[in-house]
Formats: sequence, C-alpha cells, structure tokens
Amino acid sequence: MGKLFHRSLNGVHVEHHKNTADKKAVKMPIPKQVTLPMIQHMGSESEVLVKVGDEVKVGQKIGEGQGFLCADVHSSVSGTVKSIIDYLTPMGATCKAVVIETDGLQAVSETVVKPEIKNQKDLIEAAKNCGLVGLGGAGFPTHIKLNPKNIDTVDTLVVNGAECEPYITCDTRLMIDNTELLIEGIKLVVKHLNLKEAVIGIENNKPEAIEKLTNLLKDEANINVKTLKSQYPQGGEKVLAFECTGRVIKEGALPADSGVIICNVTTLATLADYVNTGMPLVEKTLTVDGSAIKNPQNITVPLGTSVSDLVEFCGGYVDTPKKILMGGPMMGIALPSDEYIVIKNTNAILAFLPKDAEIFEETACIRCGRCMRACPIDLSPAMLDSAYHTKNIEALKDLKVNLCMECGCCSYVCPARRPLAMYNKLGKQLLRQQQQK
Amino acid sequence: MVSKLTVSPSPHIKSPVSTSSIMMNVSAALIPAGIVSVLTFGYRALILIAVTVATCVLTEYLFCRLMKQRQTVGDFSAVVTGLLLAYNLPSTLPIWMAVVGGIFAILFVKCLFGGIGDNFANPAITARIFLLVAFSKEMTTWANPNSYVKACETVTGATPLAILTTGGSVMDTPNMLNMLLGVRGGCLGETAALALLIGGIYLIYKKVITATIPVTILVTVFVMSLITGLNPFYMLVSGGTMIAAFFMATDYVTSPVRESGKIIFGIGVGVIAVLIRAYGSYPEGMSFAILLMNIVTPHINKLTKKMPFGGVK
Repeated sequence: MGKLFHRSLNGVHVEHHKNTADKKAVKMPIPKQVTLPMIQHMGSESEVLVKVGDEVKVGQKIGEGQGFLCADVHSSVSGTVKSIIDYLTPMGATCKAVVIETDGLQAVSETVVKPEIKNQKDLIEAAKNCGLVGLGGAGFPTHIKLNPKNIDTVDTLVVNGAECEPYITCDTRLMIDNTELLIEGIKLVVKHLNLKEAVIGIENNKPEAIEKLTNLLKDEANINVKTLKSQYPQGGEKVLAFECTGRVIKEGALPADSGVIICNVTTLATLADYVNTGMPLVEKTLTVDGSAIKNPQNITVPLGTSVSDLVEFCGGYVDTPKKILMGGPMMGIALPSDEYIVIKNTNAILAFLPKDAEIFEETACIRCGRCMRACPIDLSPAMLDSAYHTKNIEALKDLKVNLCMECGCCSYVCPARRPLAMYNKLGKQLLRQQQQK
Repeated sequence: MVSKLTVSPSPHIKSPVSTSSIMMNVSAALIPAGIVSVLTFGYRALILIAVTVATCVLTEYLFCRLMKQRQTVGDFSAVVTGLLLAYNLPSTLPIWMAVVGGIFAILFVKCLFGGIGDNFANPAITARIFLLVAFSKEMTTWANPNSYVKACETVTGATPLAILTTGGSVMDTPNMLNMLLGVRGGCLGETAALALLIGGIYLIYKKVITATIPVTILVTVFVMSLITGLNPFYMLVSGGTMIAAFFMATDYVTSPVRESGKIIFGIGVGVIAVLIRAYGSYPEGMSFAILLMNIVTPHINKLTKKMPFGGVK
C-alpha cells in the first residue's frame, strides 16, 4: 500500500527562519554550576545515586533508571554536589535534581570505558549505559526503542533528519559536520538489529546535508537518503515513516509493528560516539535563536546548563524578552523564566521580543475547514473542539482524539485563532479521566 | 534573570490569515460587481448597497451591545452579508424594505442562532427569500439597465429568466455579451457575470475559498440544463448563478467542511436550481437551492466523515 497511490500527508507551510543553518556549533565554556534533573526523558523518574558533598567526574552515573521506561543520568561536569533540589520541569512535573558546582577541570570518570559491541544485546546495553533517549524532542529511552518484541519482523531503520520546526538547525549542522559519525550510528543499528535497510528522511531545504550524505553513501546499497518536501510536520513519527517507507503506523500500535524503527540523526550519532569513546550522553548541541538573542548560533553545552548562562554566552538579550521557548515555535514549551535548564532532548532555546510574543484572542469557529485540510492525519479539529467543550466523550472517541500528535498545524491555520491543538490535548485528558472511572 | 514571561500553549506562531482578513478579501472580491451594478442601474444601486451594509453592521453592533456579548462587528462578516444582500435586491426596491432585509438577515438568521459560526442558513439568502415572499411585487420589479458599453443594445426591464419563464423566447432576451457584462434586468450585483467571475477567481487565488463548490455548481448547472433542454451557456450567466456559485454557496458556516462534502453540496445546489428554473413557477431557483442545501449541510458533514490516517474502526 502507498506505493501505487503515493499520496502526501497534509501539513502547513511555515516560515523556516533557519538563520543559524550556516553556523557550525561552538562549544560553550563550562558554566559555574549545572542542574541535572532526574527526568530528562519520557517515563519515570530516575533515582539519585549521589549525596551532597560528593565529588563527581564527567560521565559518572549519578541517576539510575528505575522501572521499564526510564534512563540513566550522568554527570556532565566534574565538581562537587552542592545540593539535591526539587525541580519543577517546564512540563509541570516535579522531580529531584542534582546541583553540581563545577571545578572546571572536566576530569573524566574511570567508569568511562569503550564498550565492545558484538550483537543486539550489546547495542541495547550500550544505549542504556549511555543514558540515551530520543534527542529529536520526544525523549523516548533508546534502549527500549532498539528492543522491540517483534524484532524479527522489523526490517527498516527510518532516520529522522527532517528537522521541520522553524529556527532549529542543530540536526542540520550534525548531518553536515558529523556525517561520518551519523553513518556509523546508522550502520551499528542496521547491523546489530539485522535490518534490511535504512532511509534517511531530510527536508529539501537542507541541500548541503542531503548532498554530503548522498555522496558519502553512494556505495552503500542499503542506506538511502530520501528528500522530503519542506512541509511541517515531516519529522513527526507517523508522517516520516509514511513518507519514507509508505507504511502506516496504526492507531495504538508502535512503529515496530509496521516493521520500522525511527531514530533521530543526533540520537544515532550520539550512540556511535558512545560506542567509540564510552562517554555517555553528557552534552547537547542546540540552536539558540529568536528576535531577543544578540548572537543567534548553534552551541554545544553540558547538560544542566541554565538558559540564562547560555544566553549570556550568545551575547545576552537584545532587549527584555517576552517569551522563551524550549524547542521550536510549533511544539516547543514556553518557559516562565530563564532559570530553566538544558536537558537531553532540548534542541533549541528561542527567545522572543514582545512583538513576536503576541497573545491572540480566540473567536468563534467559522467552519472554514482549514484545520481539517491542515491536519497531517485527517482529524477534524473543529469538531473535536466542540466535542471537548460539550464534554461529549463518545464524539471524542469516535473522532479519534487519541491519534492527535499535537503538532499544532490546526491551531496555526485557524483564522479564528482557536488553540485547537490544546483542546485536543485537553480532550485526550478528559477521555482518560472518563475511562479511569 | 528574566521572569514573568508569557506562557501559552504551542504553537507559538500563527498564520496571518484571520477571520477579518478573510471577510475583507470577500468584500474586496465583491467590488467589481458593485461597480458594474452602479454603472448599470445608476446611483440608486450605490444607495441600496450603502444602506444594507450599514443596516447589517449596525444591527450586529447593537445586538452585541444590548446582549452584553463580545463585540463581533470587527470581523467584517456583517459587511459581507450586507453586500451580498444588496446584490440580491432589485435597484428599484424601496429603501425601508432593504433596511428590513438587513435587520432580518443579521438579527434573525445570524445573531439569534448564536452569531457567526452558529447560523445554519446563509443570512443574505434567507433575507432575500424573506423579502421575496413578503414584498413579492417590489422584489420582482426591475429597472431598465443603462448600457454603459456602446456595443451592447438597450434591453427590456424584466430579467432574462423571467422572460423565459413567462413563455418568452430566447430571441427576446439579452445576448450573451450583454449577459456577461451585466447589461440586463436583474438584481444589483448578480447581473455582471464577468465581474463576479473575476471576484470569484480572486477568492480562489487568495485561498479564501477552494474551487470545489463553484466548479461543481457550474458543471451541474451546465449538465442539468442540457438534460432539461435549457441553453446551458445561457443558464451559467443568467440569474444568480455566478454570485451564488462563488459567493453565496461558498459561505463557510453553511457549507460542508470537507471537500467531498462540498461536491455533494454543489451538485445538490445545481440540480435544485435548474429544476426550479425549468419546471417551477419562480424564474430563479438559486437562493432556494442554497437554502435547502444549507439545511442538509450537517448531514453531509456526517456523511463525509473521514477516517483519520492510521485509524482503526
């Protein structure tokens, strides 16, 4: 299916603002202090392994994953544990966080040793020890993603290089500057998971990355680059899987059920880096941009660096910002202050002046149908909106509110400025509450 | 440290298209037909347009004020209703009747049903039908059009469709050139097929409407005319076909949301309109056709529900 009648999924055309696409990532000096929360991933909180006063080194495990869906946390700096605090994540969850005063020496922990990878089990173990999670934004623990129940029927690795969010260019830079490492990561997964092929999906607004990867992969028959049209949200899991392989990820199913594993480019490069060096995930490259930032650029920072520290490194604010986003403008989270910190799946910090932080007044739906034409998965946001507001559980179920990936296309196009994606989110919550009763 | 930042749900950017920008575009698209109507029917056309638009805007403004509701008059939709209603009136209509029509459209058809987005029928069309029933004589008295183009002949006052319905032959009706340029009897804005077509294409180009409804209506009218033995080309440019296809039937609120539903809607409008023209006692059936299809729109929406991508029954 999908091969004969290949249709493209819907989406929206947003201004790209890829201002930093030609800026190679710069390494930021080690800040005086880092804060490492125990939730930097999708899943349950990790357990703190250190006490106040402990000396820690780079790469040392300071948080251990508990339960099924969890990931280890490693120290990104060398220094002393100053305190263990309760941290409120921008998502509204609370967890413990280890505050480390850095000594600037960046002494590497003895536990950092190069792993040996012989089979799938070793690779999964490596991903776990690396503390690796999906770095594209979702933060799904990689060791679980690489270990599907039906591994024998999985045959394709879909590599997410779409980077469809406006402003963000750190994946683009990775594909250009660390191409070999990325290819190594792809090969590792293809080889040890015994997959047939890998497809790298990249939007056509990144010609340099496409060209470089295509050139380096011309002798690799089973790794292909797929050029996608530039349309948000090409990097959405279901959208990307469909555009790259024609396969449909069914409601309630995992990508592996359709025979694919989907990994972001940075995740794969980080995996390869761990296999080469044994250094776990302790730093992150991200894009710092937006109208309030003096010198927009891509920077590599230790995990736990505060937003205010990295903005200072980027020349500070042009003027007082009104909105700071963690992530892109389509799906990013608005931060209440710049005290928040960079975690594993942070791929951008965008600060905007008041002129770009307008709050829109919501007016009545005029039934223009724009949201329905924009929705990549053909939901009916306008009808879900009214189903949510009338607390119509049956309609929410019938209209499949749970399929919504909250990409925000509907809210973006709505001429009545209705926050439709938020209503879908609330609709899902309502449905969940009802089903628990 | 900066704090007290704006915290709002994603997405944090919005398309520049808003309800008012859409309505302004529709108003702009109606200007060419308005100019032609003033050229054809004189200053009286201008007065009627001004009065209906003012009545509609004022009615909505006062309703929101008196009912202590959020003021919605700024969304320009009342202007569009006013324009469309005016374009559906004969130039000779007494001014007070136009005022009644404007109040009826906004107050009874729109505001009392909950305002923009909640009215089930098109306000302008329903008001036209109301006026037609209430003041049938005045609503069917047509002035002689001025020929503003030299090449056009001066024609009689009755509308071409009325001539045909009352047993006149095609020979008595204005020729195609007159029809295209609007030199014929009829309502203010519905006469100039060409000007309406330009406005309609502008709307499609600006992505205010999709081409689905206009195209299906025009194709259906053409085919149905062939079947019922009417001159298909003549049917396309006469009566309110053009204004209905591009401006009245495409009203978001009262037409189906999905493209597949719009096809059903368009076919329905075309079939009913031509059947009324061919066999009914009214010369023109477009407004009745649209009103009838407005009523079934919720059912069409239900019928054309789409299974989401990856959805399992």
